[in-house]
Amino acid sequence: MLALMSRAIEERNRRMLRARDTMDRAFAKPLDVAALARVAHASPAHFSRQFRATFGETPHRYLQRRRVERAMELLRETMDPVTEICFDVGFNSLGTFSRTFREIVGESPSAYRAGRGGGCEAEQVPACWAMAWTRPAGRTAVSEKRAAGSVA
Amino acid sequence: MFKRITHTFIHVLDQDQALDFYVGKLGMVVQVDADLGFMRWLTVSLPDQPELQLGLMLPGPPAYDDATAEQIRELVTKGAGGGGVIFETDDCQRTFEQLRAAGVEFTQEPTKRFYGTDCALRDPFGNPIRFTQPPDGPIVVPSPEELRARG
Repeated sequence: MLALMSRAIEERNRRMLRARDTMDRAFAKPLDVAALARVAHASPAHFSRQFRATFGETPHRYLQRRRVERAMELLRETMDPVTEICFDVGFNSLGTFSRTFREIVGESPSAYRAGRGGGCEAEQVPACWAMAWTRPAGRTAVSEKRAAGSVA
Repeated sequence: MFKRITHTFIHVLDQDQALDFYVGKLGMVVQVDADLGFMRWLTVSLPDQPELQLGLMLPGPPAYDDATAEQIRELVTKGAGGGGVIFETDDCQRTFEQLRAAGVEFTQEPTKRFYGTDCALRDPFGNPIRFTQPPDGPIVVPSPEELRARG
């Protein structure tokens, strides 16, 4: 019985990991709960709860922080305009991007760029380690309410 | 002191399934497959690098009690098992296409970085794997100015 329950948890973990990998890979595309739930072979109603039980945060929050992490890299490493970076990492409005970035990082995208324009040691490790370890974790919880049904 | 690394290990959830993947798909070869009674000692290597063996270890008793083995299995399936492998390839794009056609689960498509072109995948259990095609010339860590100019 214990073994059966454990197999079910492993199988669920693996499906949730597949959804998380999808966010790491396709963060620039529009992603919603329904699409991620399909990747995870879960019903949309159960997906967010199961993802949170597995990884300790909702898929919405995970994706926001992934997009902000990608934006931080582009702000450090390129001269691209902030507006372009906003859309490149999957946000669909500059207002949402700026507000989310400030909530998570504690300063505006342009202030972050001005302060950190010197590149980053993270460039020296393989990309998946850099992405996993530089995804911002601190600051306040980000407006989960606004998510209601959508992670994009 | 030490001369070289000869063995390294990752946890797998099923050794036969691990063989299908690491040998059948990634092209490694079995070095040792021995039923010791108390465990199955299973190692693989690259065909041209037999001196470095990768042990495909099944967590379980008596080395780990059942509850501990379950914890390990849960962490591996979350991608948090702690193990992983990085391979070198001479053609990242071609290897990517071959493996994708074989149904391998990629987590990142080939991406050019200063250290080479690399991409990422998962083994069937959740362990992370990367392979890298080194650049033609020497690897030079770009300065911040170069990075920004390039962007």
